[in-house]
Amino acid sequence: MDSAASALLGMGLAAAGFAGAGVGIGYIFGKMIEAVARQPEAEGRVGKYMWIGFALVEAIALYGLVIAFIIMGLRK
Amino acid sequence: MEENPLHPFELHHYINLSLFGIDISINKAVLLMWVVIALVSFLLIRAARSRQLVPTRLQNLAEVLVDFIRGIILDTMGPAGMRFFPFIATLFLFILFANLLGLIPGSYTVTSQIIVTAVFAVTVYVMSLVLGFALHGVKFISILVPPGTPGWLLPLMVPIELISQLARPVSLAVRLFANMTAGHVILGVLFGLAIGGGLLIGWLPFAFTIAMNALEVGIAFIQAYIFTVLTCVYLGDAITLHGHGQESHAH
Repeated sequence: MDSAASALLGMGLAAAGFAGAGVGIGYIFGKMIEAVARQPEAEGRVGKYMWIGFALVEAIALYGLVIAFIIMGLRK
Repeated sequence: MEENPLHPFELHHYINLSLFGIDISINKAVLLMWVVIALVSFLLIRAARSRQLVPTRLQNLAEVLVDFIRGIILDTMGPAGMRFFPFIATLFLFILFANLLGLIPGSYTVTSQIIVTAVFAVTVYVMSLVLGFALHGVKFISILVPPGTPGWLLPLMVPIELISQLARPVSLAVRLFANMTAGHVILGVLFGLAIGGGLLIGWLPFAFTIAMNALEVGIAFIQAYIFTVLTCVYLGDAITLHGHGQESHAH
C-alpha cells in the first residue's frame, strides 16, 4: 500500500471515533429527557449539567478530528 | 490534489514587525483580537458609565453577563473564588466574543488558532498550580490522592491522577480549538456543496449552512461557558484542595 492511500485510510479511521461520541450524546439527551419526564421541575438544574456533558463528549469526537488533521499535515 | 479544508485558517502577515528577533507581525488574528478587546471594553464601559436604578438596555445586558459569571464562580468555587472574578470575567468575555465574532462571514475566529487557546489553558493551569502551592504548601501534592482512597490503591491512583492532572491543560486547549475549527470546516464544506450544486440542488446544503450557523452560535456560547466552568473548577480545586465537592453539595 502506498503512503498516500494509507494516510487517507488513517484519516477515515480517526473520524470513526465520532461513533462513540454519537452514542454518548444520544445517551446524554436520552437521560435528560428521562430525568425531566420524571421530575419536570428539575429541568433548569439538570439542563446545565447536560450542556456541560454534551460539550465534553462532543470535544472527545473532535480529538479524532484533530488526529485526522495531524495526519493530513504529515501527508505532504 | 483536493483543496485543503484548513485553508481558511491560514494567516498572512499584513505588516511585518519584529521585536528583538521575535515575530510580532500584524495579521488577521491579531486584528480580530484587538476588535474583540475594543468591543468588549466599549460595551461594558458604556453600560457602566451612566448607571441607573432602572437599567437601560445595555446596562441590562451587562448586568446579565456579570450575574451569569458570578453564578458560575459561586457554584464552582464558593465565595472564596470571588477575588478571581476579574480574571474569569475577562476570560469568558474574550472567548465568547471571539467565538461569536468569528461567525461573521469574512472575519476570523481567533480561538481556532491552537496557540491562542493553549496560552489560555496553560495560563489557567499554571495559575492553579501556583495558587495551590502558595495556599497549601507541600500539602498541595495530596491533590494526586482522591479523598477516601484505600492505601493499597495508592500505586494505581497516583499515576492515574497525575495523568489526569497533566491532561487538563491539553484537553482545555484542544476542546476549544477543535470545536471552533470543526464548526468552521463543516460550514466551509457545506458552502462548497451549495456553490457546487448550483440552483437545482444547491439550496439544500445552503439551508443546512443556516441551521449549522444557528448551532455554531450555540456552540460558541457553550464552549466559552465550558472553558470558564473548567477554569473555575481547576482554580477551586487549588483553593479548597478536594473541598469544593462537599461545599457544592451542601446547598
